[in-house]
Amino acid sequence: MKQLKRYAAAIVAALAFAAFLLALPAYRDKAIAMIASQTKSMLLVIPPIFLLLGLLDVWVPREKMMRFMGPDAGLKGGILAFLLGSFAAGPLYGAFPVAAVLMKKGAGFANILIFIGAWSTTKIPMLLFESAVLGTRFAFSRLAIDIVGIVIIAFALKKAIPKKEVERLYAEAERMQ
Amino acid sequence: MDTILLYVLAIAALLVSFFKDKAKTAKAVKKGLKAFEGILPQFLVVLLLVAMTLAVLDTATIARYLGAESGVLGVLIAACVGAITLIPGFVAFPAAAALLQGGAGATQIAAFVSSLMMVGVVTLPMEMKYFGKRASLLRNWFAFVFSFIAAAFVGWVVGL
Repeated sequence: MKQLKRYAAAIVAALAFAAFLLALPAYRDKAIAMIASQTKSMLLVIPPIFLLLGLLDVWVPREKMMRFMGPDAGLKGGILAFLLGSFAAGPLYGAFPVAAVLMKKGAGFANILIFIGAWSTTKIPMLLFESAVLGTRFAFSRLAIDIVGIVIIAFALKKAIPKKEVERLYAEAERMQ
Repeated sequence: MDTILLYVLAIAALLVSFFKDKAKTAKAVKKGLKAFEGILPQFLVVLLLVAMTLAVLDTATIARYLGAESGVLGVLIAACVGAITLIPGFVAFPAAAALLQGGAGATQIAAFVSSLMMVGVVTLPMEMKYFGKRASLLRNWFAFVFSFIAAAFVGWVVGL
């Protein structure tokens, strides 16, 4: 039942697609060709990506890394936060609970922000996928500029958010677990 | 070419992992499968919607709104669509590639990809729960503005 609910939107979309094919025969061939070519490229690219995702998830110990990300960890902490975010799996909203755990364990606020930024944009398996689909040039130039952006945004936010608010957020994270 | 590299990398990683720890490797494969099944529903929805949309939109229309000639307005449209929608990269990248083939400009697509990844209007309530209103709104705003810079840069590199 729960499974069915998860697929509810997909079933609705499939029905809409069927209706589309019946109602608009002019676009039928194009729509079917589109689905076929996308499915084919997906089936080719997806298996190695998810294999890497699973391997990274299993082999990268999280607790251990948290210790090295405190506010005084300096550049090392920032790099670690960046790597931790880059090797994680899942959508951005999956990062927020992890960030709360990191805050609770004493990671610095700038590192938390770098972690969020990396999680959102520089995931390694995703990057491989991106370069396979959109081209190496596109993917790697985006990676390069986004790394710069992550750092700038992290420090701009750290400057913009008053200390009191940061303290409140840490207290909140403590309470949430 | 990139796909071959991907397979080489994945198989090498799998072998190393397998020789180091069989149980962990099994767990990793299971996790990978689960992660895939996790996004499969959204994936199917977007696949179907993209197929329908692109069947109706011809190259000329896409090029008009998102093409290299669409300029700043095209970038703005792309960035806004990226900011609002919530699509996983596995789904978004093929869609973006289809748009590129359909005549969209690299700068516009880069704006879409960047804001899609960094800005999350739909997930703002969740973000606020953890980061408060002020930090969340600011982060998303900064990220939105930055996606234009990223777009300009990627567009420039791709065009080199």
